[in-house]
Amino acid sequence: MTFKRKDGRKADEMRPISAKVGVVPNADGSAMYTSGKTIAIAAVYGPKKMHPQHLQNPEKGTLRCNYSMLSFSVSERIRPGPNRRSTEISKITEWALEPVLMINQFPNMVIDVHINIIQADAGTRCAGINAAAMALAHAGIPMRNMISSISAGKLDKTIVLDLDKHEDSEFNEGEGSTDIPMTFTNDGKLTHIQVDGHITKEQLKEAISLAREASKKVYAVQKKALKEVGEQQ
Amino acid sequence: MTEENTRQIVIPGEVIAKGDQFLPGEGTEKRGEEIVAIKFGLAEEVKNLVKVIPLSGNYQPRRGNVVVGKVENVTFNGWILDIGTAETAFLSLMEVPRYVNKDELDEVMTIGDMAVVKIWGINKRGIDLSIKSRGLGRIDQGIIVKVNPNKVPRIIGKEGSMIKLIKDETNCDITVGQNGLIWINGDKIENELFAKKAVLFVCEKSFIHGLTDEVKKWLEENKK
Repeated sequence: MTFKRKDGRKADEMRPISAKVGVVPNADGSAMYTSGKTIAIAAVYGPKKMHPQHLQNPEKGTLRCNYSMLSFSVSERIRPGPNRRSTEISKITEWALEPVLMINQFPNMVIDVHINIIQADAGTRCAGINAAAMALAHAGIPMRNMISSISAGKLDKTIVLDLDKHEDSEFNEGEGSTDIPMTFTNDGKLTHIQVDGHITKEQLKEAISLAREASKKVYAVQKKALKEVGEQQ
Repeated sequence: MTEENTRQIVIPGEVIAKGDQFLPGEGTEKRGEEIVAIKFGLAEEVKNLVKVIPLSGNYQPRRGNVVVGKVENVTFNGWILDIGTAETAFLSLMEVPRYVNKDELDEVMTIGDMAVVKIWGINKRGIDLSIKSRGLGRIDQGIIVKVNPNKVPRIIGKEGSMIKLIKDETNCDITVGQNGLIWINGDKIENELFAKKAVLFVCEKSFIHGLTDEVKKWLEENKK
């Protein structure tokens, strides 16, 4: 392969990842996930009673995600608080997690997931979902499966894995860049996929299978982090 | 400890056992031939029953549990208690072992009182409580300590060995609620505070092996 990435990675190489569980002592479950320069912290509170009462669902519980990028997470200060982008990512995170959560066991209750990005370098929603999945498991919430999130994409004509900030938003050679964040269960099923840019059907398939392989590495890191915290108890 | 070998930490979606002879217990699910964990915790195999003991998270009420709760409200036919769960827990007037006049519910228990109660049933509407057994009812004296509910099995110990040790050494009566609230009742406040320290010591050191011996040593060292 002749294509050279700016940070010297191979096309199918992801950034170094690490994870830690139990980082927020006051939460019922918490986790931190790092991918290169991107760092996400997730804290889970609940299941607890839903307030106000008119939002209660007697059929099944509610999952409420709150994604937020801290003002110092990027080089130019961003205004704190909810905005169009963070509202969208909160919703996306809920949709990615809901298929594996056995939320029907908690009628009239809510599970709150707070995701904070303390350092952003693209791939924040993937980092957030990975941290949230670990935090939910740590909170003792029943799940059908673990989920692992990773992005693949296309730079000019090459399919690459795990785009960073430069590749995601500054790269504009040839066809430009396409970022495709995806979330997989550990048996390789998709729970979430987004496409931002142009890509052909064949290349999309290629990107999905590349990300599916990489999600196994993410899963291994998540598993190790959870087992480590289990040993201490 | 011999059974340490059969215990392992599992995460949701992990296959614990394979084969038709196994039965899925709490925290697990059967998918085809495999028994899969649906919770994060310690997997345990007792004969052919596979279950997962959760290591973290908040208290999940179970039928038959003895818990310590606080009276939140008094209604016309019972009391609503806070036992640390999301569902409301209701103690009906019918579940009080003596006759109570409907106008005098306050005299049995009033808002702010603590009580030892038993979970009698869990249904769609909430949790039903009872005080129709020995050792249940309002708490009039002593101190209450709050600990992580996941450490409760360690405080009780194997067949109650740990709690018996602390009880004997401190001369206190201790009731461990499954929701992590512990009622300590002794004749002297010093003894109660010593028992509280011992309980917190167990929580802090809960991950080490041979904890009962360690606690025995600690109790002897710190006893005045």
